[in-house]
Amino acid sequence: MAKYDIDLVVNAAPHIRDKVNTSSIMRDVVLALIPAMVGSIFIFGERVIVVYLVSIVSSILAEYVGNLLFHKNSSLKDFSVVVTGVLLAMTLPPSSPWWMVVVGAFSGILLGKMIFGGIGSNPFNPALVGRAVLMVSWPTYMTTWDKPRFFIGFPFRVLSLDAITSATPLNVVQLQSYSQLISEFGSKLNLYTSLFFGTVGGSIGETSAILLLIGAIYLFIRKVIDWKIPTFYIATVFVLSFVFGRDPIFSILAGGLFLGAFFMATDYSSSPKTPLGKIYYGIFLGIMTVIIRQFSSYPEGVMFSILLGNALVTYFDKTMPRVYGVFPKKEVSK
Amino acid sequence: MKVFTYSPGGVHPDESKITKDFPFEVFKSPPVVVIPLQQHTGAPNNPLVSVGDYVKVGQKIGDTNQFVAAPVHASVSGKVLAIEDRLLPNGTKGKCVVIENDYKDEWVELSKRDSFEDLPREEILKVIRDKGIVGLGGASFPTAVKLSPPPNKVIDIIIGNGAECESYLTVDNRVMLEYPDKIIKGILIEMQITGAKRGIIAVEENKEDAALLLNKKVQEMGLSNVEVVLVKTKYPQGGEKQLIKAVLNREVPSGGLPLDVGVVVQNVQTLKAITEAILEDKPVIERGITVSGDAVEKKGNFIMRIGTPASFIIDTLGLNRKLRKLIFGGPMTGIAQASVDVPVIKGTSGILMFGEEALEMAPQEESPCIRCASCVDSCPMGLMPFLIDHASRRKDLQEAERLHALDCIECGVCSYVCPSKRHLTENIKGVKQAIIKQKKIEAAKQAAFEKLKQQRQKEKEMS
Ligand code: SF4
Ligand code: SF4
Repeated sequence: MAKYDIDLVVNAAPHIRDKVNTSSIMRDVVLALIPAMVGSIFIFGERVIVVYLVSIVSSILAEYVGNLLFHKNSSLKDFSVVVTGVLLAMTLPPSSPWWMVVVGAFSGILLGKMIFGGIGSNPFNPALVGRAVLMVSWPTYMTTWDKPRFFIGFPFRVLSLDAITSATPLNVVQLQSYSQLISEFGSKLNLYTSLFFGTVGGSIGETSAILLLIGAIYLFIRKVIDWKIPTFYIATVFVLSFVFGRDPIFSILAGGLFLGAFFMATDYSSSPKTPLGKIYYGIFLGIMTVIIRQFSSYPEGVMFSILLGNALVTYFDKTMPRVYGVFPKKEVSK
Repeated sequence: MKVFTYSPGGVHPDESKITKDFPFEVFKSPPVVVIPLQQHTGAPNNPLVSVGDYVKVGQKIGDTNQFVAAPVHASVSGKVLAIEDRLLPNGTKGKCVVIENDYKDEWVELSKRDSFEDLPREEILKVIRDKGIVGLGGASFPTAVKLSPPPNKVIDIIIGNGAECESYLTVDNRVMLEYPDKIIKGILIEMQITGAKRGIIAVEENKEDAALLLNKKVQEMGLSNVEVVLVKTKYPQGGEKQLIKAVLNREVPSGGLPLDVGVVVQNVQTLKAITEAILEDKPVIERGITVSGDAVEKKGNFIMRIGTPASFIIDTLGLNRKLRKLIFGGPMTGIAQASVDVPVIKGTSGILMFGEEALEMAPQEESPCIRCASCVDSCPMGLMPFLIDHASRRKDLQEAERLHALDCIECGVCSYVCPSKRHLTENIKGVKQAIIKQKKIEAAKQAAFEKLKQQRQKEKEMS
């Protein structure tokens, strides 16, 4: 036996593990957001780069401070803080002042995540917590939308500059009317195309449906996100908008629905874990979004719907999957 | 052929079936064999030999009069050197008969039979028990017991399990390719004793050649009550419960057995062993084993004597790097060994050896659960592994039981998929054991209480 070098490690089965780990997942999410990020720089100009950078750097700082404050081991290497940083920036107006972004990042990371114990323990989406804090603190800054300005030769340029409104499309519908919006864009088709490519006013990363969709498809293929939440969310908005007499296609393309449905509502920690819970959650978010858009003074309902949905996740998770060999009838007779 | 599968859950790790096309080789008989007296699930055996005795190959050396048990036999001829506690592949110590091989290979007398058709049921069951047959897929449950259902249960289908869903392992594949007749006969024998009307051999799609060969043999034999079906290649397709669901769409009730839904599932190698026991009078003294993994110099499928020590296997096949992990069984459910002295037993389907790469294949450092629900989506039993894991860490047995921890089949899928590398399966296993232990204690308490009550009652009556 002396022939061979043997030094046995003993640990429990399984002895093989999937290659996927937390940081590879988070890297995938950042990768999926890159098309929309790059697109937003084309759409709103280089100043949004500052917003992205400030948001990411302050988020990392905030996580670092949080680790010190709550005596946690460094959690920076899991990359999740970068996801939050990017997402927060995407939900802010292009003209956000840098100090406001800092406050948003710190509130999001510290109040939305670290206080609950860090990754996996946050009941709310940290980026949305950050945004909500800014929304109540500086409502004017948060609702000032300026015109998209394209770089020369932007390939998706389909409209002339003057045709673009400085308010978000949903704002126009809220304050004036849908027909007014269509006339501003010239035609319904023009409006759709603008929403599709993102050449409209709005938060930095929410405007281009196609770029967000590309990212989402990547995440589906990489099996990072489950199809149920976004599909049921968007489908519910589509159907309910139609019921309320709104243009369903416009309703799903406008505002932050795609960004919210694909990248925020799917946040692991703050969304349901059971297959059925995911479906109910998606439907719930859809209903809330349409109700807020229809009846409240806010033109956009995605953020509040998701935060509200986050609060109710425990209830959605009561829908546990059926255990093999356990039959519903038997439980009744017990 | 139609392809069956179960849902939800399951994963498809790299198959790594390196030894797929390596025909069986008879492995060298070792100079000393270490034969554990108990190699089955159930009651322990008592030794039938003493130190210094001369034993022949196939001689029964351990047995008990308990029902749930299977005797063990000498796998070489020679002198009994010792009967002592040795380390077993399951990590515990147990009594073993140590035999020095005289290399004469002197067999006990075997009385072969030409056919089984006219043997009475009891006779066949007796032979199956007597020849020490247990589930050779790894479960090691005494086969004769599995085939003796209580009188109120009707078995209508026997499923031959040729799924072999674990990565690296290829023994079942080779058995199907090299001994198809014995597998089919084994199924016929089981059908005869249980009265089952149908026999189904289920083979994973990645072994289609084996399925086609078995199918051809079934046609040649003109059997209309036996069929071969394909099942999707996914882990744990070969789990009894998953296979029954896939092939028959029946679900074994929670806490129940396959025979509660009229089914017996039997590994193909067990079926072969049954045929050999009945027709050749041969006890389980050897079995097919895949030896694989990056660290083994000469990989392959071998017919090995029970009791062959791992150290002898390493010396014979050679290592090409420093050995860091020695696994008995497959990579998903096998047991990592602490010593190279452990012997091959009836339940050993594979021996895997890895070098430094083993540490990367199964990173042990946990990070916080990110609640990604991968474990929920992949659990083949429909459980919520991360919640049971939390309950287990809090030692909250009640909550774990409410979450159906006892239904976990310990397949390892949840740990496999977890991006945070949480030790889910390990913790769930732990909490299961704790629940079962607590139940036993409670039952004992209850029994003691009842006894006390009866006594008081008696005393009262007396006074
Ligand atoms: S797979 Fe791991 S990280 Fe994901 S929910 Fe389950 S335990 Fe948590
Ligand atoms: S080990 Fe248990 S809990 Fe984990 S996936 Fe398998 S059956 Fe489910």
